[in-house]
Amino acid sequence: MTTTPSHLEEIKAASRFLRGGIAAGLADPITGAISDDDNKLLKFHGSYQQDDRDLREERRQQKLEPAYSFMIRARLPGGVVTPSQWLAFDAIAREHANGTLRITTRQTFQWHGVIKGRLKPTIAAINASLADTLAACGDVNRTVVSSANPLQSSAHQIAYEWAARLSEHLLPSTRAYHEIWLDGEKVAGDEGESEPLYGATYLPRKFKIGLAVPPTNDIDVFAQDLGLIAIIENGELKGFNVAVGGGMGASHGDPTTWPRLGDVIGFVAPERLLALATGVLTVQRDFGNRSQRLYARLKYTIEHRGLDWFTRELEQRLGFALEPARPFAFANNGDRYGWIEGEDGRWHLTLHIAAGRVADTPGQPWLTGLREIACVLRAAASHVQFRLTCNQNLIIAGVAADDRAAIDALVAQHALDAYRAQSGIRRHALACVALPTCGLAMAEAERYLPELLPKLEAQLARHGLSDAPIGLRLSGCPNGCSRPYLGEIALVGRAPGRYDLRLGADFRGQRLNRLHRQNINEAEILATLEPLFAQYAHERSTDEDFGDFLLRAGALAPEAPRTIPATVIA
Amino acid sequence: MSALPATTIAPLPGQGPVEILRLLDGLDAPTLWWLSGYAAAQASHAGSAARALPTVPAREAGPQERLTIIYGSQTGNARRLAEKLAHDAENAGLAVRLLRADVYPQRELKSERLLYIVISTQGDGDPPDDARGLVEFVVGKRVPPLVDLKYAVLGLGDSSYPQFCAIGRRLDARLAELGATRVLAAGEADVDIETVATPWLEQALGAARETLKTAAPRATVTALRPHAANAEWSRERPFAAELLVNQRIVSRDGARAVHHVELSLEGSGLTYEPGDALGVWPTNAAVLVDAVLQTLQLDGETRVTHAGETHSLHAWLSTRRELTRLARPFIAAHAAHARAEDLNRLLAPDRNSDLAKLLNTHQVIDLLREFPAVWNADELVAALRPLTPRLYSIASSRRRVGDEVHLTVANVAWKAFGHTHAGTASTFLTSRDDGARVPVFIESNERFRLPDAGTDVIMIGPGTGVAPFRAFVQERHEAGARGRNWLFFGNRHFHDDFLYQTEWQDALRKGALHRLDLAFSRDQESKVYVQDRLREHGSELHAWLENGARLYVCGDATQMARDVHEALVDVFVTHGGLDRESAQAHLSELIQQGRYARDVY
Ligand code: SRM
Ligand SMILES: Cc1cc2nc3c(=O)[nH]c(=O)nc-3n(C[C@H](O)[C@H](O)[C@H](O)COP(=O)(O)OP(=O)(O)OC[C@H]3O[C@@H](n4cnc5c(N)ncnc54)[C@H](O)[C@@H]3O)c2cc1C
Ligand SMILES: Cc1cc2nc3c(=O)[nH]c(=O)nc-3n(C[C@H](O)[C@H](O)[C@H](O)COP(=O)(O)O)c2cc1C
Ligand code: SF4
Repeated sequence: MTTTPSHLEEIKAASRFLRGGIAAGLADPITGAISDDDNKLLKFHGSYQQDDRDLREERRQQKLEPAYSFMIRARLPGGVVTPSQWLAFDAIAREHANGTLRITTRQTFQWHGVIKGRLKPTIAAINASLADTLAACGDVNRTVVSSANPLQSSAHQIAYEWAARLSEHLLPSTRAYHEIWLDGEKVAGDEGESEPLYGATYLPRKFKIGLAVPPTNDIDVFAQDLGLIAIIENGELKGFNVAVGGGMGASHGDPTTWPRLGDVIGFVAPERLLALATGVLTVQRDFGNRSQRLYARLKYTIEHRGLDWFTRELEQRLGFALEPARPFAFANNGDRYGWIEGEDGRWHLTLHIAAGRVADTPGQPWLTGLREIACVLRAAASHVQFRLTCNQNLIIAGVAADDRAAIDALVAQHALDAYRAQSGIRRHALACVALPTCGLAMAEAERYLPELLPKLEAQLARHGLSDAPIGLRLSGCPNGCSRPYLGEIALVGRAPGRYDLRLGADFRGQRLNRLHRQNINEAEILATLEPLFAQYAHERSTDEDFGDFLLRAGALAPEAPRTIPATVIA
Repeated sequence: MSALPATTIAPLPGQGPVEILRLLDGLDAPTLWWLSGYAAAQASHAGSAARALPTVPAREAGPQERLTIIYGSQTGNARRLAEKLAHDAENAGLAVRLLRADVYPQRELKSERLLYIVISTQGDGDPPDDARGLVEFVVGKRVPPLVDLKYAVLGLGDSSYPQFCAIGRRLDARLAELGATRVLAAGEADVDIETVATPWLEQALGAARETLKTAAPRATVTALRPHAANAEWSRERPFAAELLVNQRIVSRDGARAVHHVELSLEGSGLTYEPGDALGVWPTNAAVLVDAVLQTLQLDGETRVTHAGETHSLHAWLSTRRELTRLARPFIAAHAAHARAEDLNRLLAPDRNSDLAKLLNTHQVIDLLREFPAVWNADELVAALRPLTPRLYSIASSRRRVGDEVHLTVANVAWKAFGHTHAGTASTFLTSRDDGARVPVFIESNERFRLPDAGTDVIMIGPGTGVAPFRAFVQERHEAGARGRNWLFFGNRHFHDDFLYQTEWQDALRKGALHRLDLAFSRDQESKVYVQDRLREHGSELHAWLENGARLYVCGDATQMARDVHEALVDVFVTHGGLDRESAQAHLSELIQQGRYARDVY
């Protein structure tokens, strides 16, 4: 197997714990960019350099460099945001970024369009609001996600607390972050500094942890490197089932890459959770592929070395054996909209935010509306909070019955109640960011969703399927940021206007969909779906989801074959 | 003694001109003779790099029978006329020497017999850079009485400036004051230079013949004429260059459109040096011509004969008359036609500033709209000033672009009196499509030349002032010059109007540009300009200059050039330990030595 470390490994090693030349790059007035190597390091600090791809060619002709700006991603374990934080984030969006807040599929916020000169003040402002961006991206453990919308609010509290603890526990300990962004005092060279958990080269690749509370799988627990299924019996947390090796990313036409769902390998009690997470992370740290990033995710480590090997290696490190997994059942991986009363008598309102983009657009002054709601909530009791969901939606949680009316009024006034009248498919649609900011996008996603939906809705309406909850997921490329491989219907971008059409995932996040048609345009997409909708309308059994139906009806192609390249077999 | 004329000397680097003059001092005729021929040969071998060679009298003529022509010129007009005069005088068999003002040995003034001065007015009634020293000397205290001197002055100017031909007038008056005899009334050429210049030159030649009762014509070395290579084409006979590229180079959000324009000189034989400007003969916008015709209810087809030329009125207004630049005479004429008293009053001497304001903000059409009047086609053509070419700093080096010439053109456009207004040439250039033909000529600028390869250069060019420095950097890189290049650039916004950003970044990577300091005025609360950067980096700047670096400033004359000059004074005060006066003096020295050159407009 190839063993020469990838260029990125060298960059990390030489970076003096993620400092590199970032500070100097920020100060260079000749360009709005920083060096390629520093870009790799900047990710660990929670930011990506991007450029407005709509303007690229135009500016090249104008002899101007690309319109560089930076995306900043917050680290918000469990996606919980206080009203005052919301107001701070909203102000940052308007003052430093492009005037929008973007709820991500990992229940945090992204700001887009922050120019280099504003990067430092923006990150400082985020920290001032008692959040941060450290390790929101990069080869480390990312923001830990947890069910935002469980049936009982007590369960949410449990899940959230563990998400927060895991996230803190697995944070890198470099002081570079404070040094560069918060004027923390300099650490001479790297002496006196170390990364006890990660080591100087951190992980081979990103690492993601998610915590689900059955029967809700709103986080897609099986898409996580480490998925934790909370086992709660009458209000008491017993522990977690452990699923490992989930991941979505793949490359077009490369059978050695594929989306993979995590395998449940056992159960751990709460007090052993931190040790378990550390164990899984360090096995991946030590055995993950550091020469070919393409195969550097945990899912490939497991595929290439075997699940048994992995479990053995893990248990050795833990010094204890995992208990057998406990029974669990997921009902679905979507969000429930509208008001729900928690068992504590407090109310939770789930709002649909199309593709997670909180912005003021004609007829939809959402940014303003939520700012006003945040003002009201800040005045109200302390346990009121915003929760971001992994379906790119927003929950206003912990509202006292008396305060509902005020919020309903603001919600209606700012057209945030659109979900009430929405079709089933619109309510369950996800789209990744893609163009114009995403550097890897091959096709539109977020911007295409509002164009595509009306056409699908028209078709569904003809078949009386307007209310059928169908999970639609758009990704601008096969990296799968909207977890498209878990969509009942998914479009994965190949080129402008062209997508792979994938069909047949379940609605519980437990079955991957399959490639149905390759590289087709909108007309072909609609034409392909039309007969399937018709068939579904006539032949579905009660409550049968679209994905399940397609499988039963034999409408799906066989699963794609997987191969493991000789080079990586140990 | 006899000095080789400026035109030979100018291109010589650094102290060249002055040194050579010192060397030549006291050389006998045969030696000079030989020298000129040698230089001529050198020049012709140097090919395109050839500089104009002088006409050197066969026999060294003493002051008594010699005509001395001195010119002070910023953009080459005065130089061109002076050269023509020298040429004609020489052909008439007169002993002539032609000198640029800054290489004229001032102590020889007292022994001159016949002196002609051709000089323009710059800035706000200031001398051209190359004539600052001479003007200072002539108007100053140390100048001796000049009772034996016969002289004549041709001033060049632009009547849209309040200080019309101020310098020409001043010299003319001062020489008289010093007891010299005026052989010919001072000429005051407006932007339609030839109208006044041509007859003046003829009379001047006649007067010279009279004054220098010449013996039999002498043989003269016929050296290369100025710009031999460009001889075929001229201001009066422009070359129709094909437009190759017309590319906007500010972002879509950029407030003011700036275009990068590439023209082809292929087949023209035209050559240029970095620092030269390209003259462009524009066509007035069709909409503007129509607006004028409509407002005056005149028929564009009307044939109009003026000064022996006959064209349709439309043709006159499109390519032969200024519609966007007002001048005093037309205001006077229109005031009469419109019986507009208040307009007339503006012409009173005490209303200069009001007049200037009007001239700077109004176009012909505004006047016609504001003060309705009846004009007939003939009167109109006669009253309007002839269209004049516009100059654009050349933004390319032939070593890099071959037969092409590149420009950086800011489109002048603004709203006023409820109408959109646009500048003629900048609009003409920025709105042409590829393949269009643009009438052009080369306007060489000896005062704005790169030094020898070893010398450092500091270039200060905010806005379109950066144009010649693109040529400089290209040239220095292609020539493998060892000297360092330091550019100061400024504009409004980094994101929108960082002109040639990717080229500068590339030049920095390649080591073709060694330092780039930027000032984007509107990217932060407080405005920042290039002059602030000059002060910021004052000590390095001073070190560079002490080390012999050349300093170049190009761009806006009204504000920038002045502020930059002030900043430079501060630099010498703060880091050179000079008081303000000595700092000022030092800078004037640098200007005279050609080590601090400006190309401002
Ligand atoms: C914002 C977000 C999509 C969204 O619409 O919400 C997103 C956006 C991007 N993802 Fe992602 N990913 C996002 C969730 C995901 C998910 C879903 C998940 O984690 O549940 C996945 C699939 C799961 C997985 O990791 O396998 C995902 C798999 C990727 C990959 C492929 C990784 C792989 O191992 O194959 C890349 C490319 C890479 O890492 O090289 C990527 C890279 C990117 C980048 C940073 C593009 C880049 O590397 O230059 C995108 C920035 C676009 C932009 O302009 O904002 N993103 N990305 C999500 C932010 C999550 C967060 O808050 O941390
Ligand atoms: C040596 C030299 C080099 C030059 N190099 C360059 C160069 O590299 N790039 C470049 O772009 N230009 C350059 N110029 C300037 C250029 O020659 C023209 O003057 C300029 O393009 C305007 O010409 P125009 O015909 O478009 O405008 P014109 O038709 O001549 O109109 C200009 C007149 O309009 C009026 N005016 C302009 N703006 C306003 C306003 N906002 N409000 C009210 N009145 C206004 C003023 O009276 C101004 O004199 C240079 C000039 C010189 C002398
Ligand atoms: C920046 C600038 C300032 C000028 N100021 C005056 C002035 O104050 N008075 C004047 O009569 N002409 C002024 N002119 C017009 C010039 O004198 C005129 O263009 C002349 O033809 C230039 O001749 P030259 O090329 O020999 O310098 C100015 C021209 C420029 C570009
Ligand atoms: S899926 Fe691809 S296009 Fe979409 S955000 Fe992720 S990387 Fe970008």
